[in-house]
Amino acid sequence: MSSPSETPPVVAHHPALRHHFDTMATQKDSSLLGMWVFIAQEIMFFGGMLAAYAIYRNVYYDAFAAGSHHLDVKLGTINTAVLICSSLTMALGVHAAALGKRKATVLFLLLTIALGSVFLGIKVVEYADKFHHDLVPGPRYSAESLHGAHGEALSADTARHSELFFALYFGLTGLHALHMIIGVPIIAIMAWKAGHGRFGPAYYTPVEVTGLYWHFVDIVWIFLFPLLYLIPHHA
Amino acid sequence: MYAMIAGGVDTGWTFYVPYSTHYSNTHVIATGLGIFITGFSSILTGLNFIVTIHKMRAPGLTWWRLPLFVWAHYATSLIMILGTPVIAVTVLMVALENGLHLGIFDPALGGDPILFQHLFWFYSHPAVYIMILPAMGVISELVQGMSRKQIFGYSFIAISSLAIAMLGFLVWGHHMFVSGQSTYLGLVFSGISFLVAIPSAVKVFNWTATLYKGSISLDTPMLYALGFIGLFTIGGLTGLFLASLSLDVHLTDTYFIVAHFHYIMVGGAIMGYLGGLHYWWPKISGRLYPEAWGRVGAIIIFAGFNLTFGPQFILGYLGMPRRYHYYPPEFQILHVMSSAGASILALGYLLPLVYFTWSMRYGPRAGANPWDARGLEWEIPSPPPTENFVGQPVVTARTYEYGSEEGATVV
Amino acid sequence: MPEHAADPHAEPHDHVVPVGTYILVFLALMVGTAVTVAASYLDLGIWNTPVAMLIAVTKAGLVVSFFMHLKYSPRLYWIWLGAAVFFLAHLLLGTGADFLGHLFLNLGSPGT
Repeated sequence: MSSPSETPPVVAHHPALRHHFDTMATQKDSSLLGMWVFIAQEIMFFGGMLAAYAIYRNVYYDAFAAGSHHLDVKLGTINTAVLICSSLTMALGVHAAALGKRKATVLFLLLTIALGSVFLGIKVVEYADKFHHDLVPGPRYSAESLHGAHGEALSADTARHSELFFALYFGLTGLHALHMIIGVPIIAIMAWKAGHGRFGPAYYTPVEVTGLYWHFVDIVWIFLFPLLYLIPHHA
Repeated sequence: MYAMIAGGVDTGWTFYVPYSTHYSNTHVIATGLGIFITGFSSILTGLNFIVTIHKMRAPGLTWWRLPLFVWAHYATSLIMILGTPVIAVTVLMVALENGLHLGIFDPALGGDPILFQHLFWFYSHPAVYIMILPAMGVISELVQGMSRKQIFGYSFIAISSLAIAMLGFLVWGHHMFVSGQSTYLGLVFSGISFLVAIPSAVKVFNWTATLYKGSISLDTPMLYALGFIGLFTIGGLTGLFLASLSLDVHLTDTYFIVAHFHYIMVGGAIMGYLGGLHYWWPKISGRLYPEAWGRVGAIIIFAGFNLTFGPQFILGYLGMPRRYHYYPPEFQILHVMSSAGASILALGYLLPLVYFTWSMRYGPRAGANPWDARGLEWEIPSPPPTENFVGQPVVTARTYEYGSEEGATVV
Repeated sequence: MPEHAADPHAEPHDHVVPVGTYILVFLALMVGTAVTVAASYLDLGIWNTPVAMLIAVTKAGLVVSFFMHLKYSPRLYWIWLGAAVFFLAHLLLGTGADFLGHLFLNLGSPGT
């Protein structure tokens, strides 16, 4: 049993400490745990569509291979590299924030935004190509620009099922892109706050949490890239 | 809501494709959006619970001192966080299919409706546990509070909540025994489904054992709790019938399923929540509700409920399918009983509505602890002031320490 | 304060990872990408996809451990991540087993 007078004396609070937390450490732990649990949720979210993809890819292998080979491996590889670079700059941004280097933090966050935008730009180019070739699922869909492993035309069945590949391609990459479109403004806010000296070694949790999110989006792409772009020809 | 106002949805509650894609003329996309938003809010709620339970407990309130209600919420949150996103993305795919005429689930375009059922039940089986688990937590509180005795097998009840949540994810296939799912897989799902009975039974045994040699007061919350235990046991045992692959094929889509589901959801969950509402009503409103009316209400609900759904077990077993309004004359008596029971049940539900409203204004003032129960919430005035505690409460013992004044000490 | 009783990691885990580590991880990720692309042009029989996934899992592991600091974080985060991965695996396994059973064991096509 203790009485009010025995509770710890009130020490000077960090300005960023919310009233319902006792210490900065608890507050930080809570934010990080929250983001990790959110990421667990995201895994299941993407997982549902991945399950659909995995099944149809095995059932309609030829159609999926034909669809996959229309995708531009070169652009896909470049985009993978761009995204990994942005992950590195994000990690370095968090690192700089932890050490209290204000200018470096802003610089790395802005670099991350730039790289993220490059990724999205390349994605737009790729999407435009699908529209150009009538490969967007819907009433106008046509598999005429697709062909089999040896350049032959697709059978009617395969052509029909290739629409499924593009439906899931747009679904998966679209959801991924949506996550990036949400992420970029958040990083921008972080950069703005960092520039105004809101963060320091004692408090940079928002940057760290944003970093977790961004790295997760990167991981999703690490899986999507080989799954969608690199379906092998044989079998 | 928009979809409901604009003319409802003609897909049935499960949203099964192709009802929701090919044959639907109504507002599937709007409904899908509604599901999506609701899903997002339950994910965030679950996230909030998890972080709060992990990081913001009062000093001294260790894991093994937590109220069992909180444990139940932890398990529920686990399901909300890991299950809901799957239904979200599934609904998203249905919406896309509708909007763009894709073929993700449409056999005519190469898709497969069975996939929808897999994804749907991967969430929707655990979702049922979202409804029942907090009720189980409530019952754990009621049983100890009203028999004035420490709960029996605290850690077993706590862990069984988590076990139910975990197993809930592994059994979705038992909704699909007759869907064309492969038979071998059906066997596996059938086997795992039986496992769910273990943690559920652990709870029932522990509640019963708590009653043993307790000083039981048969107030309204206790009546609901006892009703819960009885009805849940019936619901659970009939669940075992349904988990058996061969028997399920006979009973699928009959009244037997309907009765089983309602024994768990109404006899279980609703009874639990009503009991909890009565138990914490003085704490919430600061007023006492009329005890005599409360008991009458609880007994009416219990009787009406059994009259409604008891005959449905028999009907279902005899082969009465659900969702039919025409049936052979020999089923007449049982149907009449069921309908009469439903009317009694309705009366039982109206009673609390009336006397709770009445007590808000005219009920006698409740003290801080009208049940003489243990636990942090009973240490503060009713209704609780905005800041709850004057100082930081320090917990020195488990929530349910009866017979010692040190139990759940507060500043 | 509240965590002291239950969680020994309550102290802020500000393990500062040296920049060199980040650079190394970055290089490994780049090499991994190159290997994935190269491997996709080889005919490895049925092993193409497993190899690609193995590389992807390794890359994801690197990102999670170092960029996301999981290596230096409380066990709790591992548990949540593990739970998600476990249930995802189960979802894929359960639905996959149904469909592939139909496909390869000639049990008739699913849904018919």
